[in-house]
Amino acid sequence: MLHRIYAIAKKEFRQLKRDKRLLFVIFLFPVMLLVMFGYAVNFDVKHVKIAIYDQEKSSLSRDFINSLLQSEYFDLVDMVTSEGEINKYLDEKLAQCVIVIPNDLSEKLYSNREVKIQYLIDGVDGNTANIISNYANLATITFSQKFSGEILAVKGVKQYKPIKLDPQFWFNPELKTSKFLVPGLIAMILIVTAVISVALSLVKEKERGTIEQINVSPLSSLELILGKSLPFVLIALINAGIILIASYFLFGSEVKGSLLLLFLTTLVFLIASTSLGIFISIVSDSQQVAFTFATFISLLPSFILSGFIFPIDSMPVAVQIITNISPVKFFLKILRAIMLRGVGIEAYWDQLIYLGIFITVLLVLGTIINKRKSQSA
Amino acid sequence: MKTIFRFVIKEFQQFKRDPKMFGINLIAPVIQLIFLGYAANLDVENIKMVVFDQNRTSISREFINRFTSSGYFEIVDYVQSYKELEKTLNQADAILGLVISRDFEKKIERNEPSELQAIFEGSDGNQASIAAGYVQSIVFGFSEDIIADYTDHSGRKISPAGNLKAEVRVWYNPDMKTRNYMVPGIVGLLVSVITLLLTSLAVVKEKEIGTMEQLIVTPIKPYQLIAGKLIPFTVLGLLSVIIVLLAMRIIFNIPVKGSELFLLLSSFFYILSTLGLGLFISTISKTQQQAMMIAIFAVMMPMIFLSGFAFPIENMPEIIQYISYVIPLKYFNIIIRGVILKGLGFADLWINALILLLMGAVILFFSAVRFKSRLE
Repeated sequence: MLHRIYAIAKKEFRQLKRDKRLLFVIFLFPVMLLVMFGYAVNFDVKHVKIAIYDQEKSSLSRDFINSLLQSEYFDLVDMVTSEGEINKYLDEKLAQCVIVIPNDLSEKLYSNREVKIQYLIDGVDGNTANIISNYANLATITFSQKFSGEILAVKGVKQYKPIKLDPQFWFNPELKTSKFLVPGLIAMILIVTAVISVALSLVKEKERGTIEQINVSPLSSLELILGKSLPFVLIALINAGIILIASYFLFGSEVKGSLLLLFLTTLVFLIASTSLGIFISIVSDSQQVAFTFATFISLLPSFILSGFIFPIDSMPVAVQIITNISPVKFFLKILRAIMLRGVGIEAYWDQLIYLGIFITVLLVLGTIINKRKSQSA
Repeated sequence: MKTIFRFVIKEFQQFKRDPKMFGINLIAPVIQLIFLGYAANLDVENIKMVVFDQNRTSISREFINRFTSSGYFEIVDYVQSYKELEKTLNQADAILGLVISRDFEKKIERNEPSELQAIFEGSDGNQASIAAGYVQSIVFGFSEDIIADYTDHSGRKISPAGNLKAEVRVWYNPDMKTRNYMVPGIVGLLVSVITLLLTSLAVVKEKEIGTMEQLIVTPIKPYQLIAGKLIPFTVLGLLSVIIVLLAMRIIFNIPVKGSELFLLLSSFFYILSTLGLGLFISTISKTQQQAMMIAIFAVMMPMIFLSGFAFPIENMPEIIQYISYVIPLKYFNIIIRGVILKGLGFADLWINALILLLMGAVILFFSAVRFKSRLE
């Protein structure tokens, strides 16, 4: 049995070697993607473009503006000179936030009253808007406290802050999104190459009719499938290695945990991806159908439903249940645990079991459908 | 003209003969819309937190209550030691660990600042920084109340100075829901998939099966062949735009605020460039497998990621921002969001539409020339 699997794998390798373009795509594009997305996929909001409508133009309002601009969070694009212009800045995306300083700022502040600074934020991108509004609150509070502290100091009273907040950020102190997303990219690239190439290479034989030649040969379908998937699992493993090394050099994302565990869990994940590819090849008859299925089942869920970018906890419960159709979800928890937090198997053994269940269900279902199909044929 | 028309009819008949494929292409947009609308959500809610309350007094409990009643936090556990807290964060069972010091109440009574540790599981930087903002505003609100209380006890005004308050108003999308940002973006995504991917596949399929040679020996001229292949996909693409807009309205209650006509016209301009790219891919690939890989990895993914579909272009490094200028989907996304969410029209967005038209014309022209020379 082993030597027959080996023979099929060898034949598959030879075919792959002849398809230079496909090999090129399989090896080069993942790294290219990693480079592009590592830099582009980024929620870090800095240098928010602001326009300021200073109705007062006093030394106090200038102090306030300076305190805003000293941080690296705000970049002034323009001073607004009239109420009517505000719309233009937000409509045409010239600024992400327009700040309106009222003309009674000094008067109210010096007579110990409360003044409201208006922040008009472009909310089209809700996430960025949320972060900008955090910055706005913080900047205003900081200035306000500094101001009242100075006034109090003149009067000889000490300012009292009841709670001193000490925020600490573990595992990713600079809160870089790229660190968080690199494991997700790895998982996504792996599943896409594995699922699509396995599914397509199996369906190709069906479409061309060469599968019948193989059917009459002494090969069992298990041997065929194993032999055909083996090369792609190997290629994906090599790919995983390349991506890891590249992301270390490009983004400094180290693997904090055990490399051996990383290798073993990746292997389990690749087996899961391959079984998904095999399953797709069973239910589809043409490459086009296989491909469309593969993108819908592998690419889309691993992008949207795996927790790669969008936190699963924020989804509606029904969708949270559906997220289980993506093996990436489980692998991602493992990857992040190993790469970012450097914890051992006790933190993610349950995810490995889920992956195991995933593989079993797919292979059993696939076998049943395959039997039905060959009986009806 | 007649020849093109007949050719188009032949293509549609082929669609009909492959109902599985056709169904996928029409149902898929709606399914994608539902998934993206409900799942593609960066709104940070239900932040899981663990509390290590060493103080356990009425005031520390009141403080903790502020978190749960804010609606953003959900306490998953109360722990008794740092070790337990660390374990919970390590396993990512919670995002936030709140440590209230032993002398929390005493210090507040003595008017001394008491330390509060907020430890974030920061792997997801975006989530952590938004959560940190929430923590900050809760702490600030609580502090203000304590100061107000304290003033009453001593009978002396401790905060005689005026203060500033931020009054935040969010335009276009007052609830800051990511859904309103993502869902319109899907229009661009779907149109790209349908026109770009399917075009390249349809052409390569003829090559692979060998029917392309049969077409070449017929009296059909190359431009007729190209037009006949492309027109059905244009129709399909525009159809999917309409389906998505309707579904968006019905399912998510996101209406088109601006002009639908301008939106459809811009979609047509955009489709020119995706058809061109699809045609180009078909000229450089021999098999469907190659075409798919190239279409997905080299064209679709960069387009999706660099167009501002989900990731704001403003946040990218400058070099990458320059690359985004050559991506047609970027301009289409600006138009889509402008028209749907902001209610803008031709007067504000004509530049983007013009760029799309020019890009589309250039890409389509060069791909057609290349396709033609390949045929001969």
